[in-house]
Amino acid sequence: MQIYLPIAELSLDVFLLLGMGGVIGFLSGIFGVGGGFLMTPLLIFIGVPPPVAVATQANNVVASSISGVLAHFRRGNVDVKMGCVLLVGGLIGSTVGVSLFRLLREIGQIDLVINLSYVVFLGSIGALMTYEGGMALVRRRRKTPARKAHRHNWAHGLPFKMRFHRSRLYISAVLPLAVGFGVGVLSAIMGVGGGFVLVPAMIYLLGMPTSVVIGTSLFQIIFVAANVTLMQAVQNQTVDVVLALMLLLGGVVGAQYGSRLATRLPGDTMRVLLGVLVLAVCGRLLYDLVSFPVDVYTLGDAP
Amino acid sequence: MSRLRSLLALLLGGLILAGAPPQRAAEAELVADLSDHLVAITTGFAGTEVLLFGAVERAGEVVVTVRGPTVPITMRRKSRIAGIWMNTASMTFERAPSFYAVSSSGRLDEIATESVRQRHAMGTDHLELPLAPAKASPNVAQEWRNALVRAKQRQELYARDVGRVTFLGARLFRTKIFFPANVPTGSYQVDTYLLRDGRVVSAQTTPLIVSKVGVEAELYQFAHQQAAAYGLVAIVIALLAGWGGYALFRKA
Repeated sequence: MQIYLPIAELSLDVFLLLGMGGVIGFLSGIFGVGGGFLMTPLLIFIGVPPPVAVATQANNVVASSISGVLAHFRRGNVDVKMGCVLLVGGLIGSTVGVSLFRLLREIGQIDLVINLSYVVFLGSIGALMTYEGGMALVRRRRKTPARKAHRHNWAHGLPFKMRFHRSRLYISAVLPLAVGFGVGVLSAIMGVGGGFVLVPAMIYLLGMPTSVVIGTSLFQIIFVAANVTLMQAVQNQTVDVVLALMLLLGGVVGAQYGSRLATRLPGDTMRVLLGVLVLAVCGRLLYDLVSFPVDVYTLGDAP
Repeated sequence: MSRLRSLLALLLGGLILAGAPPQRAAEAELVADLSDHLVAITTGFAGTEVLLFGAVERAGEVVVTVRGPTVPITMRRKSRIAGIWMNTASMTFERAPSFYAVSSSGRLDEIATESVRQRHAMGTDHLELPLAPAKASPNVAQEWRNALVRAKQRQELYARDVGRVTFLGARLFRTKIFFPANVPTGSYQVDTYLLRDGRVVSAQTTPLIVSKVGVEAELYQFAHQQAAAYGLVAIVIALLAGWGGYALFRKA
């Protein structure tokens, strides 16, 4: 059964969209990731124009983050003060990012930048995931203790120090502002929440305790993703609500089953599998960039 | 001087009026119509076919062209830089049909002369795709034109092949025009030509509207005319869906 997407201006199979939403939702339920970094490339593979895929996916990130943040709020795992500082950086970053997106679109380089960003980030994250998961599997067999996360405390020299009670930190506000800004730009260009960059940055760069990292990152991602959605809708008119709705319906159901199953699955094996999947998507995108194109001439975006 | 001019105008007007009746008689040689004058893009739209049918007074060949609204189109050319293919050149056509299809009762090059095909844009080789001479030399311009046609053909928006106009007996004819799901919206022009000895003896233009209707049209307009409100609605939908999932999950 086909459904016509009014903004993407093409028709796609309803069950394909529901299924994609379901599978990505399932994966994000298992691994606690937003899933944007898999969904956006998949949408582009099935023919959705990249600008529409990115903008619509930003809207879906809002949905997938809200249920997570509610759960974390109940457990008190959100550092609201830190979240707000990150958010200020994130709002500026995502606004700049959307304008950058528009500029790149006008000069005809947006597809290239989206693809390249994905290749770089999926490649490094897929490799890390596979490596860490693989090492964990090996470690468990050898019974050696896990490596400790060490903190980079060089940032203590920076000005504008603030106290973050919930995170038990006294650090410069410049650092979370910069992290928020960077992730905001990524969020606008790649249509992702950016949790996969934000979480490691919060642990290793800011030195936040792991317990509050996920909740706080989700807290700021909701607002940044909402800002990206609004900016994309206003500046580029590329948010497709029909597409978003299809993916959401599948995603909500998939995420439920995913997180219920998460406790019963061997975590490290699954992490390796996800890493391989991420690397496969990265490989496909890289192939598209380097292989001889179907035609060196292409239609540009409608002006 | 001005008197002379007005006299000339009067004379010309008279000539045109006098010329009109025979032309009208010639037009009656050909009658054609569409099975539908509106292609409605609804939620379930996956492309559609429109039937064009008609009759001719005396035997001849029939050519039908369908052209979508004229729009500016920017083409880009990739080249390899550091192993990666990226867009390095671009060319803008100020006016190009957003959709083009042609059907004919015989081989185009056999039933119409070169100049007739050129004048009436019969076949993708004869589409009018002007480029400013300052922008490109004739060879380069032709390359960009061919590239535009190829790119549009990949999207199924320009016909790859010439469709069949079939005659039922000597006077009735019909042909099918296919519009894919990604068909651009706007007013289309369907031209039906009757040819004899390579020349057009009669022609008829039929308008056709391709339009999003119902929910699809409202959403599109909403997104473009009240972009901020549309964005907010999208966010609210996402929030509700996410919250709904959370609520369901807690119960389960």
